[in-house]
Amino acid sequence: MKYIYELHKTMVARNLILVYEGEFTQEITKSVLAMAERNMDAIGEESGTKRKVFNVMVECLQNIVKHSETLNQPIYEGRNRAVFMVGKDDDMYIVTSGNAVTNDKVRDLHDRIEHINSLDKAGLKELYQKVIKAGDGLSAKGGAGLGFIDMARKSGQKLSYDFEPINDKLSFFALKTIVPRKKAKSE
Amino acid sequence: MDVINYESTEDTPKIILDRNNGIFEISGRSLPEDAAEFYEPILEWLGEYGSNPNPETVFIFKLEYFNTASSKLILDILSKIENIPNTTIMWYFHEDDEDMEEAGTEFSDLVEIPFEFKPY
Repeated sequence: MKYIYELHKTMVARNLILVYEGEFTQEITKSVLAMAERNMDAIGEESGTKRKVFNVMVECLQNIVKHSETLNQPIYEGRNRAVFMVGKDDDMYIVTSGNAVTNDKVRDLHDRIEHINSLDKAGLKELYQKVIKAGDGLSAKGGAGLGFIDMARKSGQKLSYDFEPINDKLSFFALKTIVPRKKAKSE
Repeated sequence: MDVINYESTEDTPKIILDRNNGIFEISGRSLPEDAAEFYEPILEWLGEYGSNPNPETVFIFKLEYFNTASSKLILDILSKIENIPNTTIMWYFHEDDEDMEEAGTEFSDLVEIPFEFKPY
């Protein structure tokens, strides 16, 4: 039973206020969002910060629903199995996710995020407008190709990411977005 | 023409399209799992309305939040509206929601329709 204590200690040490591991669907997305919102409401979080965190969470969660991969192996059985976490300290919220992607997508994800991270505020706006205007509609999975750009714009921060090889077919894609906390006007 | 009247849900907005009463409004949150499917009837309705519109159309957007897939569809809706003469967009945003105000400004740059910005 020691793992329970270990997990608890990790969560406390990392200031994690919400962790979900398992299958991801739109229903789960709504539940996770509702939980995070209640959590922010309960501490009277400033409304602008709340909106930005909500925004980043939605894009992150819907990315997982649309893109996470699974293989029929014990560790990745089940569909869209992934981990999603929200951490909070005095200055920021930290929205993180981890999910398997096929190795052929690693290069593209890496390049897209690097490109986004190389842009300033005006560059991100330009890229967003270019993609939205492109007129090739939504992907087969319903994505607009705007999620990462939007996460970078709303957070105002670079996206952190990492790929851990799982096996010859899959890598574990970890993504971290920081949303700085604004102080409430009343403070 | 039929009236479209969708009640809002946790992840979809309230939508009223009612030509006889001159009400055209999308409000609330938009983060459906499949934005294209959700907005398809709206685009169809606007296509039909556009072939025989009212003399004047005031289209209200009062969104609290929309995801990126919805933003693509909002642009599709605006592109349909763009072809309708004498149309104005009323873009509502919460007074402290700069992101929603900016989103409206960016949409107004992408289409040739007059936008009025309304903080609430």
